[in-house]
Amino acid sequence: MAVRETFWNIPHWAEVGQYLLGLLTVLIFLLGVARRVRRWRMGRPERRTDRLGARLRAVLVHAIAQVRTVQDPYPGVMHLAIFWGMVALFAGTVLATVDWDITRLFFGFQFLTNGVYVLYELVLDLFGLLLLVGLGMAAYRRYVVRPPRLQGGREREFAWEDAYALAMLALIALTGYLIEGLRIAVLRPSWAAWSPVGSAVASLFAALGDPTGRTLHLVLWITHGLLAFTFIASIPFTKLFHIVAAPLNIFFRSLGPAGALAPAYHSSPVGAATWRDFTWKQILDFEACVRCGRCQDQCPAHASGLPFSPRDLMVKLKLHLWQRGNGRALHGDLISPAEVWACTSCRACAQVCPIFTDPVALIVDLRRYLVNEGEVDPQLQEALANLARYGNAFGQSPRMRARWSQPLRPRIKDARKEAVEYLWFVGDYASYHAGLVEVTRQAAQVFQQAGLDFGILYDGERSAGNDVRRVGEEGLFEMLMERNGAALSRCTFQAIVTTDPHTYNTLKNEYPPEVIGDRPVLHHAELLDRLITSGRLRLGRKLGYTVTYHDPCYLGRYNGVYESPRRVIEATGCTLVEMPRHRERSFCCGAGGGRIWMEEGEVKERPSEARIREAAQLDGVQVLVVACPKDVAMYRDALKTTGYEDRLVVKELVELVYEAMQA
Amino acid sequence: MHQEIYVLVEHLRGQVAEISYVMLAAAQELARGTGGPVVALLLGHDAQALAQDLAADRVLYVDHPALAEFTPDAYQRVLADLMERKPPRALLLGETSVGADVAGRLSAQLGLPLVGYCRTLRADDGTLTFVSQICGGRLMAEGELPAPTALVTMIPGGFKPEQGRSPHPPEVIPEPAPSLEGLRITLKQYIEPEEEDVDIAKAPILVAVGRGIQNQDNLPLAEALAEALGGVVCASRPVVDQGWLPTTRLVGKSGKRVRPKVYLALGISGAPEHVQGITDSEVIIAVNTDPAAPIFDVAQYGAAVDLFDLVPVLTEKVRQARSAPALAAA
Amino acid sequence: MKIVVPVKLVPDLVEELLIDESGTALDTTWLSLILSEFDDHAIEQAILLKERDGAQVTVVVPDVEGADDVLFTAAAKGADRLIRLVGPFEPTVNNHALARAFAPVVRELQPDLVLTGVQAHSDLDGPVGPQLAGLLGLPYVGYVAGVRVQGDRCLVRKEHPGALLAEMEVALPAVLGIQAAEEPPRYVAFSKIRQAMKTAAIEEWPVDELDPSGGPAVRRLFQPEVGERATMLEGDVDEIATRLVGILEELGVLA
Repeated sequence: MAVRETFWNIPHWAEVGQYLLGLLTVLIFLLGVARRVRRWRMGRPERRTDRLGARLRAVLVHAIAQVRTVQDPYPGVMHLAIFWGMVALFAGTVLATVDWDITRLFFGFQFLTNGVYVLYELVLDLFGLLLLVGLGMAAYRRYVVRPPRLQGGREREFAWEDAYALAMLALIALTGYLIEGLRIAVLRPSWAAWSPVGSAVASLFAALGDPTGRTLHLVLWITHGLLAFTFIASIPFTKLFHIVAAPLNIFFRSLGPAGALAPAYHSSPVGAATWRDFTWKQILDFEACVRCGRCQDQCPAHASGLPFSPRDLMVKLKLHLWQRGNGRALHGDLISPAEVWACTSCRACAQVCPIFTDPVALIVDLRRYLVNEGEVDPQLQEALANLARYGNAFGQSPRMRARWSQPLRPRIKDARKEAVEYLWFVGDYASYHAGLVEVTRQAAQVFQQAGLDFGILYDGERSAGNDVRRVGEEGLFEMLMERNGAALSRCTFQAIVTTDPHTYNTLKNEYPPEVIGDRPVLHHAELLDRLITSGRLRLGRKLGYTVTYHDPCYLGRYNGVYESPRRVIEATGCTLVEMPRHRERSFCCGAGGGRIWMEEGEVKERPSEARIREAAQLDGVQVLVVACPKDVAMYRDALKTTGYEDRLVVKELVELVYEAMQA
Repeated sequence: MHQEIYVLVEHLRGQVAEISYVMLAAAQELARGTGGPVVALLLGHDAQALAQDLAADRVLYVDHPALAEFTPDAYQRVLADLMERKPPRALLLGETSVGADVAGRLSAQLGLPLVGYCRTLRADDGTLTFVSQICGGRLMAEGELPAPTALVTMIPGGFKPEQGRSPHPPEVIPEPAPSLEGLRITLKQYIEPEEEDVDIAKAPILVAVGRGIQNQDNLPLAEALAEALGGVVCASRPVVDQGWLPTTRLVGKSGKRVRPKVYLALGISGAPEHVQGITDSEVIIAVNTDPAAPIFDVAQYGAAVDLFDLVPVLTEKVRQARSAPALAAA
Repeated sequence: MKIVVPVKLVPDLVEELLIDESGTALDTTWLSLILSEFDDHAIEQAILLKERDGAQVTVVVPDVEGADDVLFTAAAKGADRLIRLVGPFEPTVNNHALARAFAPVVRELQPDLVLTGVQAHSDLDGPVGPQLAGLLGLPYVGYVAGVRVQGDRCLVRKEHPGALLAEMEVALPAVLGIQAAEEPPRYVAFSKIRQAMKTAAIEEWPVDELDPSGGPAVRRLFQPEVGERATMLEGDVDEIATRLVGILEELGVLA
């Protein structure tokens, strides 16, 4: 009968030693985990125990199936190989332990016998091979290919840790095969063929003979054991901790809308001055980070040459967490203000992170601290002062907010005085920016043509505050929200429409339920889509342009609106060629997060310029279509500074519709 | 009824400030209405020579060591004493770091009415009228000059300084100083501005940047244009306050008065404190995205476009014109 | 050390300035008031002195629209006492009346230093600072861009034209007209201002009568005639640049 002779050739003392060491290992492991958990709990409280079903599902999808990890094919497959290899070998060890120490000892039978056993051996052999293949892929990538995101920044400090993880796993797998091979070489069981790798290794030891073989087997067995125990005990103290932390981070991630920031803490300090000021979940974020660098690869601030990387931010926060007070402060020391202000809040990092960290939320809390200390650059200071006093960053009179609408006939309804179906929340840029008012007028004319019952708040409207919040000025955001909320509460409307994705995001996700209730908040792309699809808006002309489309961060990545603008483009008779980086991978224009109000800093290539170059490379594309007023401004500027004015034209979605309306 | 018009002559380090001549011109206008003499008040020490080209009927000269350079307390005491003994119809002072320190204090101490930011003074059939410019140049206020004695602080722009200069030295009459013991304000030292790399007051072509340049990083744009034109970059206050250019490049009330052939104002709104420094320019060309900006009221040519769009193109064209004049005309 | 900062609010030039029916004054219906820019610097300078040398800072404002915002913002920046003068203040109250209203308050508070903005754009009757000094019999220096207090005197840096600085020694108590604080006015987070609204107390000091005498009577208030406005160059950037080159050539500048 084929059976697993678990302690063949292992003297009693070694067997006992193994159990004792095993116990010690588990203790060290648990203590290590406890130490880390204790530190997390020193952060601010946060409730993340709602919707357990959805959370478990997320763990299955993202920790087990690792859907996000696989989006990057080579590292994804590599990691899955290592992961499943390890899982299988670990499961194998567990089964062996149960078989030998539980069912055999207490119930007098073993189940790893005959058919089950040989299948067990085969599966383990193959998965061990998978593990080695994965490790090989990883080593090749890290040491031969040397992709940029694994070099530079803070990576060098951790080179030993990365090498350790790969080396340990490889040694454990290799010694495992050697042990198996030696056992097979000595015992020559009839079912050896079911362990193909083991058999192959055995043939290398064929010449050895019995006593040598057994001695070698014992030595390697002890080595393998020591390696495995060291490995397990070291998990809470190295990057291997992600085995524990990553699934936890996925389990406890925020299930609310991405576009809803957590409010500022009400107790002092406002924002994050040290690690203790973050919530336990935020601390878990930077504990779980494995420095894979995918966030850095997506980050527009990093790409523009600014001294900022979301990955390095995580690393610095983790360093800060464990410094035990000897040394360095967080602000101005480990993390410079330039880094904190570099972020555009585009969420490309959070979107791509395989373990669901949220660097944007961390940065906002760091900014909240700086704002509270009054440490803002003069340009931002002026923008915020203007927003506070005039309700717009331009410093123009609130009474001029609707001046763009004056030439229009009929006059747009005043939603403060009359009931309307759609309350159009126009937004700062669309209202005041000299280069954009024509687009805003065209939007009004499109709405009129569609017979829409709509109105605006005239000078009752203030900046909705989305970027004020992302800049960390929570107090000012609350004031703006209150003022707009009061104005909206006095109006009668069925839905809100806005032409600005930033306004859209905050009205939809952050304004209190009392203000908007369950009335829909629509972006004009969504509304135009509905109007065209339902036939209320007829487009007489087919434009025939070949266009490409830039998914705005706050419309696409933040709120998942991808299809409506594309349908609208199609309806205008244009041919859409997708940008290489589109939908969730759309590359930010660089204006968000309040960046448009700040000093630019040491930028080597503006994100908007990079995006124009990306669009210009698409053959035959004449028009870059955008759906955000800031994008119009940013890209028209970038056309000039890159010299592509003759190659491309920037048009807002509504301009296309307006043009197509002219039958 | 008093008839004299007093003008406080402002001087620093041996130089008579231009506002003094503007005020003398204004005083002449008023004097036509009152029939009275224009009397220049010169306070100083061994400073008689400064009276040489003052277009006044006479100069009252108060000499005292404590008056060698301007300090508010000393000037205050002398003027208060003089005003009480010999009150005029009006005392004109500069709306400056000299005159404005003293005027208000005299007004409160002596109970005399004060007109500020005065640009023009007129004598219309015996009524004396003032016109002041307030609210950043957006409003003009006109009224009758209060009687019997009025204090007026003046800004430049309403009168040409040449009219305040005379080829013939006026009569200088010594006037006794009151006690200047126990002065509460004393001058310790002057601090020179930094080493002047360029004297913008002598440059024939100036490219001026204001708030519209937005960022220190954008200065090279203006510098390139200045270089192409063979000119120099200067600035309005917001740029200097940020430290993007040294104070030696400041044009305006607290900076320099310039007299270039061409003054190219980029992203400058045209606040009065700046405009004060450029009115002697031969030609002012202004670029500002706001067509309602006050700078267009003083400029001869203007373009309501974005300087970031225009300047690179202009620089290029200027370079071409310089290297191949015939082609540029095409 | 005690510092008093009397400040005033002036018409916000971002809004349109309209003249009332009489043609002699501003239409106050749409008038928006904002803290005078140089008074903002005065507050900042006072707070800087407090941080550097330790001082009690009192800010005094006349009771016009926006006064409370000014006081709460000052409190959020670090001002210790907030005083609102309650009386028949019109938005366009003149400086002679203000100076006479401030004087008894300052006399009572007995400060070492009075800091106020060197001027405000609406000062038709001259700035407040020198008049206040005159009423109180205190020395006054204006156009101050730096203050160092040394015992019973202070050293100030006074800005003359041409970027020339005069360093003057002034016996305290004195009134200083601030041109620029040593640091630009700081940013204070909105939440701090809101906090101040809840915790800071504004003292109301009554002013029975206002005496504006000494200010000129305005016969006519008007917008300046835009005499010779600039010849505006039209067209796109390229066309404008070409025309400018032409103008420069005519001037002989491009020879």
